[in-house]
Amino acid sequence: MSEIEQVPVSMTVNGKKVQRFVEPRTLLIHFLREELNLTGPHIGCETSHCGACTVEVDGMSVKSCTLFAVQANGAELTTIEGMANADGTLSALQEGFRQMHGLQCGFCTPGMILRAHTLLKETPNPTEEEIRMGISGNLCRCTGYQNIVKAIQYAAAKLNGTDFQEAAE
Amino acid sequence: MNDMTPTREQREAALEGMGCKRKRVEDIRFTQGKGQYVDDLKLPGMVFGDFVRSPYAHAKITKIDATEALKIPGVIAVLTAEDLKGVNLAWMPTLAGDVQMVLADGKVLYQNQEVAFVVAENRYIADDAIQVVEVEYEELPVLTDPFKSMDPDAPVLRPDLEGKTEGAHGPRKHHNHIFTWEVGDKDETAKAFSEADVTIKELISYHRTHPSPLETCQCVASMDKVTGELSVWGTFQAPHVIRTVASLLSTIPEHKIHVIAPDIGGGFGNKVGAYPGYICAIVATIVTGVPVKWVEDRMENLSTTSFARDYHMTAEIAAKNDGTVTGLKVHVLADHGGFDACADPSKWPAGFFNIVTGSYDFPAAHLAVDGVYTNKAPGGVAYRCSFRVTEAAYCIERAMDILAQKLGMDPADLRMKNFVKPEQFPYQSALGWEYDSGDYHTAMQKAMDTLGYRELRAEQKAKQEAFQRGETREIMGIGISFFTEIVGAGPSKNCDILGVAMFDSAEIRVHPTGSVISRMGTKSQGQGHETTWAQIIATEIGIPAADIMVEEGNTDTAPYGLGTYGSRSTPVAGAAIALAARKIRNKAQMIAAHMLEVSEYDLEWDIDGFQVKGNPQARKSMKEIAWAAYHAPPPGMEPGLEAVSYYDPPNMTYPFGAYFCVMDIDVDTGVAKTRRFYALDDCGTRINPMIIEGQVHGGLTEAFAIAMGQEIRYDEMGNVLGASFMDFFLPTAVETPHWETDYTVTPSPHHPIGAKGVGESPNVGGVPAFSNAVNDAFQFLGSTHIQMPHDAWRIWQAAKDLGAHG
Amino acid sequence: MEGFERDETFLHRAFGPEIFRAEGGRSKDVIPGEFTYHRPASVAEAVAILASHGDEARPLSGGHSLIPMMKLRMAAPEHLVDLGGIADLKGIDEDGGTITIRAMTTQHELIASDLLAGKLPIIRETSLLIADPQIRYVGTLGGNVANGDPGNDMPALMQCLNATYVLTGPDGERDVAARDFYEAAYFTALAPEEILTAVKIPVPPAGHGFAYEKLKRKVGDYATAAAAVVLTKSGGTVATCSIALTNVADTPLFAADASDIVAGSTLDDDTIKLAVAAAEAITEPASDGRGPAEYRTKMAGIMVRRALARASERANG
Repeated sequence: MSEIEQVPVSMTVNGKKVQRFVEPRTLLIHFLREELNLTGPHIGCETSHCGACTVEVDGMSVKSCTLFAVQANGAELTTIEGMANADGTLSALQEGFRQMHGLQCGFCTPGMILRAHTLLKETPNPTEEEIRMGISGNLCRCTGYQNIVKAIQYAAAKLNGTDFQEAAE
Repeated sequence: MNDMTPTREQREAALEGMGCKRKRVEDIRFTQGKGQYVDDLKLPGMVFGDFVRSPYAHAKITKIDATEALKIPGVIAVLTAEDLKGVNLAWMPTLAGDVQMVLADGKVLYQNQEVAFVVAENRYIADDAIQVVEVEYEELPVLTDPFKSMDPDAPVLRPDLEGKTEGAHGPRKHHNHIFTWEVGDKDETAKAFSEADVTIKELISYHRTHPSPLETCQCVASMDKVTGELSVWGTFQAPHVIRTVASLLSTIPEHKIHVIAPDIGGGFGNKVGAYPGYICAIVATIVTGVPVKWVEDRMENLSTTSFARDYHMTAEIAAKNDGTVTGLKVHVLADHGGFDACADPSKWPAGFFNIVTGSYDFPAAHLAVDGVYTNKAPGGVAYRCSFRVTEAAYCIERAMDILAQKLGMDPADLRMKNFVKPEQFPYQSALGWEYDSGDYHTAMQKAMDTLGYRELRAEQKAKQEAFQRGETREIMGIGISFFTEIVGAGPSKNCDILGVAMFDSAEIRVHPTGSVISRMGTKSQGQGHETTWAQIIATEIGIPAADIMVEEGNTDTAPYGLGTYGSRSTPVAGAAIALAARKIRNKAQMIAAHMLEVSEYDLEWDIDGFQVKGNPQARKSMKEIAWAAYHAPPPGMEPGLEAVSYYDPPNMTYPFGAYFCVMDIDVDTGVAKTRRFYALDDCGTRINPMIIEGQVHGGLTEAFAIAMGQEIRYDEMGNVLGASFMDFFLPTAVETPHWETDYTVTPSPHHPIGAKGVGESPNVGGVPAFSNAVNDAFQFLGSTHIQMPHDAWRIWQAAKDLGAHG
Repeated sequence: MEGFERDETFLHRAFGPEIFRAEGGRSKDVIPGEFTYHRPASVAEAVAILASHGDEARPLSGGHSLIPMMKLRMAAPEHLVDLGGIADLKGIDEDGGTITIRAMTTQHELIASDLLAGKLPIIRETSLLIADPQIRYVGTLGGNVANGDPGNDMPALMQCLNATYVLTGPDGERDVAARDFYEAAYFTALAPEEILTAVKIPVPPAGHGFAYEKLKRKVGDYATAAAAVVLTKSGGTVATCSIALTNVADTPLFAADASDIVAGSTLDDDTIKLAVAAAEAITEPASDGRGPAEYRTKMAGIMVRRALARASERANG
């Protein structure tokens, strides 16, 4: 085993500047969870399929299990811990997931909400198909997605100031 | 009354009790990333354990050398079977009466089997160390085909069982034979077949798959050497059972073991069993004296802990020309892998597979199951299933379609003709169960009417004709599944795990201010118990659900229970909760009578308190009664307002449902698109319709995946193929169909609130609906049965074999 | 380099089942080995680092092929050269009938480009079928075409479009045609000390027809088979046609014979049958979880048939 020097990384996470020394091979998900104690992003597969580790890096949805922490040097990150409103109340998306029963075990939820957050920034008024395509990098084993779609529609309506019309069953 | 007095409706609504779509309590933390899952736990000084695993499916181990690994800074220990023998833990008993290696003891029986356990300061160093542990293997002949397990010259997989002619469930016929399990009347059944107008026989296989919750299995074990106490946090669907097993295996007294199941990221049966990772983490903490964390990765999860299904079922039905069924005969070849670690109640080697008569009135039936060893991972868990009920439902629902085809009858009509009739309940099945209640005809008719079944058949016929004329390359299938489940294990007369009866429990404490803490022996993995258990209590004792805290998973505080799997939580713990609540209400009634200075018999319950019969103004709310219980209880009465209930159910419950799948199939590519899926469930009394609907959506999505491609495959060398999320089919939001849900309500007559359980119904009923749709589509080309899974290439292959590619 | 996701069937295909019997019985897919991290600011600097470390260095772009391989320890570079800090490797521009896409342009950026939407809409159509949204934010065109994974979608598309890759090494730049670049799975014309810095694509005539047809099991999967078609029409006849296939051999396949059969035809049934047969004839797919080889060959044919139909519908003239 060679002795590899630790390297400095700094980034802004949920509005707070952080600086650490890490081994270059440290994956961003482990950096967030182990170094910063941000345990909201989860590890579900390690092969960049499940999306439970999704966070926002410089405005992009990224699977943090397939990015080295050093690659995020200097970046702005948002994790689920940074999603609530400033006054501590649930954001539109968080509320939507609760109101529409868009989660069960909760394990995929942080990644799902972060992905939906970026999706709604880019597509404020998505169709059902756009939502389904938009969250297709996030696996959920519990809900069958139908209520996740509704949760995102609920949030979109709330953010757009329109009425949420639940689709007829 | 003034205007401020709430109406009865308002008081009722304020409770958020049974029947309302209460929003979930859990979601407040889960939507903020504040769930506490096992891997989130960090203890001071905690180290990390990880496995060296076998690349071979069957091999002798001639040498394990950890010298190089131990040279890596940060590596603390490398455990092997030899080390575990020192604490008598190289092998462990399984729930099925077999024994299983914890670490490979001289040989390996399946690829990725646990060979050595590396303990290091962190997971990066542990992984480095795994690279350099040297293991020498001597390959042995590999057995992957269960149909060859009992060949005379089949390799001996389990030399440890040499000379053992008696297994946990009777005689063994062969060195790779585990058990034979027989139920029913063989002679009566043979007679029915000899007298039958029509018979069918088909080998119906249900492939090997995996529950694959998004969170893998994991634990943190921590031994306090000073106090001699062991704490284990883990992904446990049954924490109390894990504690009992840990105590029996480790000889640490049970009261000095603290097992805690925190939030669990889905279970689906995967997290019922005790796995080598848990045992090794416990041994490692005992050896090192520091907390040890073990976390499975996804490949390990899919390839070792813990498969489901792998049943090869030969079904035969005898019938009259008019479609009346007269006999059922089923033989099952069950592939259990290298060890029989099947997670069933101990007396049931094939679970409740004898529900295979389904929803139909078979006068005679006979079932035999043979379990065999192969070089595959052990398991046989109930993947969103009540112990082999999924396999049984698939078998009978497929077989009924095949019979309908042979008779030239519509499969819906054949089912209607043979349903157990409402007046036959409680119904004694030919294979030994007593169905508690049901109204199958009403449910079936509602489903057919809602869907426009006859019109769909007409459309299908037109499409078939167009296909035959060469005008289209698309065909259409209508899949029907009318399943009856058996859940709620279970009555102590039938069910135990390692001798512990399968009751469940609830404890409710009403505090002086009228708020409540309640604890159960079950453990939610996403089902929302914190929400729904509170709804039962709210309705029963009139305290708002918002004032009731539900806590599960801590064996120090929760009453003993057998855990959450097999849709048993509502049928068993749900009953315990209602009964504990009623004890509280009974005591409250006496207190209220004292407060109102009337006889308790003069009081009646009204939503959230007691009132004097004929004088509703004279009433005491539960909040007032709670205060009185601590402040001024009636003379001679113990203060306080608490109750515990342990519930041993008198019978199982039998939820049922009518599922219909309408599918369009592209014959040229084999791609199948689900046009409509309609699921009508009858789970008895409905506690929270929102959560029921969510459970049905999720279970249907799993059923869709299983039927249409989700498979754990092996090649002939025993290499497990596709053990990652690229190849193991977990559908995304794009592939997942839209779900339509519906219901009827036939309460269970023996359950205190009439509830039956629903979590597993959609998986049990969904798979046959999808498979029957695929099979139905190809019937007109002469097909009788196409094996699952129905991924595109297999559908294409079936079409080709039927000459549909011209 | 970057491209797409790893899967076990790919590992089987590339290395045989022995891959699972690697020393030590590795089944883990979690933790990469140690390496020294470099983040050069220029192509010259990156090439110099690669040249000085030879086989022990690997360039890193989006990382969604390389990092999973590193986690499996199938790849264990001692030096990792992150191209993410090189501003010169970003951007899309057009110059005299050629569109140049620099290597670190992500699939997300390809999808968002108005220039491509107007001139090369097949790139958007194809990009949307790659992996999933998160991966498209980081996955780059350069990585996708350079790493030689036959499962990647862009290589066949680039062959269809007759693109040229610009390879930059210690001795400067050289151009290699996409149709000449691929040698075998993970073996390409790219030398270890070279970086693929740009892709140059001749702009097809306005009104051309195009289609990328991809059959896959689910979002995030490689193609069971896929076909790219670009054609032009004139007076109801196909004037030019170009067909290429994804993931039905150990390299992408330019279907020259099938393309020639279609060119000059009216796309009548007989022509289509001949073209499909010619395309099927050059496939050599592996049998894997997506299906046996025979199926995947037939699906290549079906994808060609459907792509031709859709491209023809879209073409003017």
